[in-house]
Amino acid sequence: MHRALCWLLAAFLALAAPAAFAADQGAADLAPLVRGLGAGSYADTEKALSALAGTGDPAAVPVIEALQAGDLHVRKADGAVVVAKRAGSGFALTDPLTGAALGEADRNAVEKIRINNALRRTISATLGALTLMSPDANTRRQAAEAVFKSRDANALDALNTALAKETDERVRRAMTQARAAVLLAGDAADADKVAAVAVLQERGDQDALALLNGAANSVSNGGSDAVKDAAKKAVASVEQRLALWGAAQNLWYGLSLGSVLLLAAIGLAVTFGVMGVINMAHGEMVMIGAYATFLVQEAFRQWAPGLFDFSILVALPVAFLVSGAVGVAIERSVIRWLYGRPLETLLATWGLSLALQQAVRSIFGPTNREVGAPSWMSGAFELGGLTITYGRLWIVVFAFLVFGALLVALRKTWFGLSIRAVTQNRSMANAMGIRTARVDALTFGLGSGIAGLAGVALSQIDNVSPNLGQGYIIDSFMVVVFGGVGNLWGTLVGALALGGVNKFLEPYAGAVLGKILVLIFIILFIQRRPRGLFALKGRAVEA
Amino acid sequence: MFKSGFKTGRTLAAAAGLAVTFAAGFAAPASAQDTIKVGILHSLSGTMAISETTLKDVMLMLIEEQNKKGGVLGRKLEPVVVDPASNWPLFAEKARELVTKDKVAAVFGCWTSVSRKSVLPVFEELNSILFYPVQYEGEESSRNVFYTGAAPNQQAIPAVDYLAEKEGVKRWVLAGTDYVYPRTTNKILETYLKSKGVKAEDILINYTPFGHSDWQNIVADIKKFGSAGKKTAVVSTINGDANVPFYKELGNQGIKAQDIPVVAFSVGEEELAGIDTKPLVGHLAAWNYFMSVNTPENADFIKKWQTFTKNDKRVTNDPMEAHYIGFNMWVKAVEKAGTTDSNAVIDSLVGVSVPNLTGGYSAMLPNHHITKPVLIGEVQENGQFETVSKTPGLVVGDEWSDFLPDSKDLISDWRAPMSCGNFNVKTGKCGGKGS
Repeated sequence: MHRALCWLLAAFLALAAPAAFAADQGAADLAPLVRGLGAGSYADTEKALSALAGTGDPAAVPVIEALQAGDLHVRKADGAVVVAKRAGSGFALTDPLTGAALGEADRNAVEKIRINNALRRTISATLGALTLMSPDANTRRQAAEAVFKSRDANALDALNTALAKETDERVRRAMTQARAAVLLAGDAADADKVAAVAVLQERGDQDALALLNGAANSVSNGGSDAVKDAAKKAVASVEQRLALWGAAQNLWYGLSLGSVLLLAAIGLAVTFGVMGVINMAHGEMVMIGAYATFLVQEAFRQWAPGLFDFSILVALPVAFLVSGAVGVAIERSVIRWLYGRPLETLLATWGLSLALQQAVRSIFGPTNREVGAPSWMSGAFELGGLTITYGRLWIVVFAFLVFGALLVALRKTWFGLSIRAVTQNRSMANAMGIRTARVDALTFGLGSGIAGLAGVALSQIDNVSPNLGQGYIIDSFMVVVFGGVGNLWGTLVGALALGGVNKFLEPYAGAVLGKILVLIFIILFIQRRPRGLFALKGRAVEA
Repeated sequence: MFKSGFKTGRTLAAAAGLAVTFAAGFAAPASAQDTIKVGILHSLSGTMAISETTLKDVMLMLIEEQNKKGGVLGRKLEPVVVDPASNWPLFAEKARELVTKDKVAAVFGCWTSVSRKSVLPVFEELNSILFYPVQYEGEESSRNVFYTGAAPNQQAIPAVDYLAEKEGVKRWVLAGTDYVYPRTTNKILETYLKSKGVKAEDILINYTPFGHSDWQNIVADIKKFGSAGKKTAVVSTINGDANVPFYKELGNQGIKAQDIPVVAFSVGEEELAGIDTKPLVGHLAAWNYFMSVNTPENADFIKKWQTFTKNDKRVTNDPMEAHYIGFNMWVKAVEKAGTTDSNAVIDSLVGVSVPNLTGGYSAMLPNHHITKPVLIGEVQENGQFETVSKTPGLVVGDEWSDFLPDSKDLISDWRAPMSCGNFNVKTGKCGGKGS
């Protein structure tokens, strides 16, 4: 709410120069139109909105923005349209045109002006047309994009005027494309349309393709053959370009899915791969990590909402320690009695996983818990024809960081040396003074802690519910077995390979069949190479 | 010492004997004779606990309310709660236990179609009553089951009509989870759309496994499919857990409701409670009830629910309303019949009409489905739906879809002379297809 207010204020100030002048003489003319916004049905609001936009008066912009933000209300007493901001238990009212304070009102004294999808479209189109002359380059560019999407023929004059004055290269390009979209969708001269096709072909993204397709197949708006031919050629060239980018996009999706698999499996690579414990409760360690993230975020919401963006960073060590501690407890209480008895371990840990799920369900309830994304993890950016979402990008980076850290820990630290020593030859390690029981507990804790880290990442893309872990346990085992038990690099290659294969199969075979095909592939592969991609050689294997 | 010990022992024995007599004496008035037992068959653990636990709670609340009003036929109601643990065969076992061991008068339960199919033979064999509160794919009508959720024509078809008329949608993505409800619904919708002149190349059908969490390329495909120059919409029968990552991905890839709206049949207030709804504003859902519906009955229901759960943030949803309707229908029918005997109640249920929460009345039809209004709502920032369209009257539940070749000639009427769940109007015989 507060941010919206600041934003509104900024927008208002940005427009202050032309608006201050317009507000004086314009307010009187606009007032009845603004009042019309609160007339009743969606259709009435839309009519009033178009009339408001038709004035071309920049003073209307804050009003429309308030409507978009859902701040515009009707005062029930006299039917006046006001901006209402929550203040205490009631609302603080201001006049939408002049910004003058109108006192406070009870919650029931005002009624919100509701908007639906059709209105939302009209709002972004009109805002686009009205803010083309804004002094801020970014606002102008967004305005041009809005016009590009709305293809509103009424915006053409404003667009031409704005283009003539525009100096910023990027904004200019956006405006040219918007102009081309308007021309192509409207009824312009053939020559203009052909020129527009060329501009759109250069833009060459999905939105441009949509427009070009429309022009190539149009029968309604009387496009001539010349335009249609040009559009068809442009469609072919854009499609070819997009197909290339599509392959790159698939590669990225594969990498992204692979990194998720890697994160889920890497903890298992320690407990199953290094220690040889079939831990069916591995998924629940991931789930506990996700719930730890939820708790940390709740704490932030409660006590430090301003620092919410850092909550994930705090959640990392917390999740690692919580899951790790649970892991150590499991090892000490159950698993250590079952070393060398894989079947019993499997059953015991499976039972544990059910118990943990139900425990979490009893404590936190069966419904999903909301884990928010920090601002630096939401949204996406375009890289050529690729759309890359920040959340996925960070997860890829994070997966490799965790992998690297684990590799260093196993290779370069005393603890890592002990783990390797105990794995390779337990009795010899014992004889050399290593407390093998303690190393076992800590190794299991390490694997569980890493699963907790995975939980932090997965809380960003999946449900935080008691069933979170179940979805990953099979995949994790598949990755570890495919990559080669006991080999971290195998886990890395296995995860990325399975992710990639899955994503390349999905467009052709569909998600369900794709998954089945991957499973069949792994079964056949394990028949040929029972020890996975990178088989360990030597003593440990035979033991 | 020895003596006193002996004495104490005797006193103890006497006390125990007395206690037993007392216990027996007190237990008698509260025995099963004087309460009517109502079975609640909803998963409280496992995958489906997320949705079904709420329904168990709402049933407990309704029974408590009814008991405050003096129960039914002058007898108190007694809930019997069992946990089938999201395990389909266990549903059948627990149903049998409820009917034969606990002797319940009626059972309220099930969520997934598999669980309903699993208990169906049990209810038919033991001639008991099941109220099923969830929207489902239709193609079924049993004498012992009362379907208080929506049939496809009470949810899917009005939603598609709304998109075609109000949003001008010409191209359709039918996305669903891979099981019977989405597959049947999509088959019905596909036939319906084609009958409205939509070309095959303008329909994209996509299925994903349960709990699918990586939606990147499917969302990208939808975006691509939507860039053919025609207005595109997604009709989603994606179930439960998979929805959260799906909507997150839509938000991340910048697909806004004003560009490509998604209308969902399995996403209600409860599901939205786990998502940040800001990027979803404007996406749609079709139900027969929204928590935001402004009627005195609904305000009252929400107040009672939040008091009962001691949580003023708890939301209500469509299947809860279905249980509300179903429970009140059962109460009314039992009072009409004057007994809890299955045959009498089954017969008196047809034609019973009770208030729903959206300001009208719902009636039980001869095909054991009910009449309901259809509401289309847009997601708001606060996780609620804003009704943007409501059917002018009530829609009659159609159990055998007119848009499937196998079932278009079938009707169901459980009243006396016909008493058939699958009467074929072409051949004039009972037993055209299915159960």
